This record gives sequence, C-alpha cells and structure tokens, in this order.
Amino acid sequence: MPVGDPDAALVHALRAGDDEAFASLVRRYHTRLLRFAESLVPTRAVAEEVVQETWLGVVRGIHGFEGRSSVKTWLFRILVNRARSAGAHEPREVSLGSDALLEDRFGPSGAWIRPPAPWADTVDARIMADGLARRVRECLPQLPAAQREVFTLRDIEGVDAEDACQLLGISAGYQRVLLHRARSRVRAILAGEMGGD
Amino acid sequence: MLFRRRALVCQEAVELMTAYLEDALPPRDRSRLEDHLAGCPHCTEYLAQIEATVAAAGRVGPDDLAPEALDDLVALYRRWQSS
Repeated sequence: MPVGDPDAALVHALRAGDDEAFASLVRRYHTRLLRFAESLVPTRAVAEEVVQETWLGVVRGIHGFEGRSSVKTWLFRILVNRARSAGAHEPREVSLGSDALLEDRFGPSGAWIRPPAPWADTVDARIMADGLARRVRECLPQLPAAQREVFTLRDIEGVDAEDACQLLGISAGYQRVLLHRARSRVRAILAGEMGGD
Repeated sequence: MLFRRRALVCQEAVELMTAYLEDALPPRDRSRLEDHLAGCPHCTEYLAQIEATVAAAGRVGPDDLAPEALDDLVALYRRWQSS
C-alpha cells in the first residue's frame, strides 16, 4: 500500500472481520462516494444504488485488494465500474473550443478589458476558505458533467492526476483542460456570489 | 501556440495557470508566466482566486451520514462475514 495510507489499518482489520473497522470506512467514505456517483449517473436514486453496489464490491473484494493503490483510489475504482454497469456514460473526448466563459473579458491584444474584481479582504484566509467550501459544494450541479467529475476527483477528493485519468478513462491533456474549465467556472460562480466578477 | 521569444499576454497567462499549479509547465513557460505575473496585478489576482477556489474545494467535507444508512451497511458486512 502506498506509504502513509491512512486507511491501511482499516483494511487490515476488515480482512479480520472487524465490523467496527467497516463502519469507520463507511463513515469516512459513504457520502463522498455518493457525491462522486452523482457526477457520473443521471439521478440521485441511481447514485445511491451504485454506492450500495460499491460497498457490496468492497465486502466481497477486500481479500483481493492488493494494496497497490490507496484504499481511496480502490473505492473510487469499484464505484466507477459499478456506475458504468448502471449506465454511466463512457468517456468520450470531445473537441473543446476556447473557454467561452472568459471570451469577452480579453481585448484583441489579449489583455484584460474586464479584469477580475478583487475578492473582499478577510481577517483570516482560513475562515474565508471554510465559507467558500459550502458555496463550492452548492455550485457543483452547475458544472457540465465531465468537468464536475474531474473537479470532484481532483480538487474535492484530492485524487492525483494520474489516478483521476485512469479512473475516468481520459487522457492527461483532456483531464487538465476539463479541470481548467471547471475551476474557471467555479471561480466565476463564487465571484458572482461575492458581488464581484 | 506560444512563440517562444515574446512575453505572454494575459489571455495566454490565464490558459497556462492550471498547468502551472500542477507543476507541469516546462521551465521556459514557467518563468515566462512568473515574469508576466510579476508585472500584472490582474492575472495575479485571478491566479489567487483560482487558488482560493481550489483550497475551498479541498475543504468540502463529507455530508452527514444517516445512522440508519450506516447500520444497514454494517449489517450487510456482518452477513457477508458470516456466510
């Protein structure tokens, strides 16, 4: 298992039949799996089924988990497989045009004509981050599906780029463009809510 | 397509920012972006806002788990263990 995997001890206990370890794993991941599932499948109901199937897969597959990836990545991989079985769209790399969101903000020379309004100063950057976190979660439904998948995995769940590409079945370049667009859109939504632009 | 000998314009700088944050820019593009940022308060502000967005996303915690949901799943695990 990757060095320092915080879930390593849980997996060990799970194999030994420790149901408190299983409860810990569920508490740690269930709602995160659900949130990611919602980015993959059309409805909440299907997402809930997919996550149930995922836990079943975990319970059945725990002895086969070889520890080559982190537990988190393993859980997400089972989830993606279940989601595909439940009809989640297969990855399809479409040609993306330029970022429409920012198009009218640059002049012909490429300089800002409508630069970003500075975000309000706060006493504590950490307080600002906590307040923004709720807003970030709330704006996820406004992202196009592919952007939401990448943003959820990379920036919310902290999955690294290579694992994210593998989980989603997309190339590194495409993944980065989706992440770029997603961050651009989330920033714009947050800026709008703060009265800026 | 970036012509290697000239300075970046803002629109290009913004396009490079995700790669920059991933440490995926080749050294020349990286220093060209940093040179641009040193002289451009707008792009500097924009990058700071992107970083704040990413930081906020990283603080999105799990939602509360309903106790019944947990109980059901633990029951499932016990059934499997005993079979």
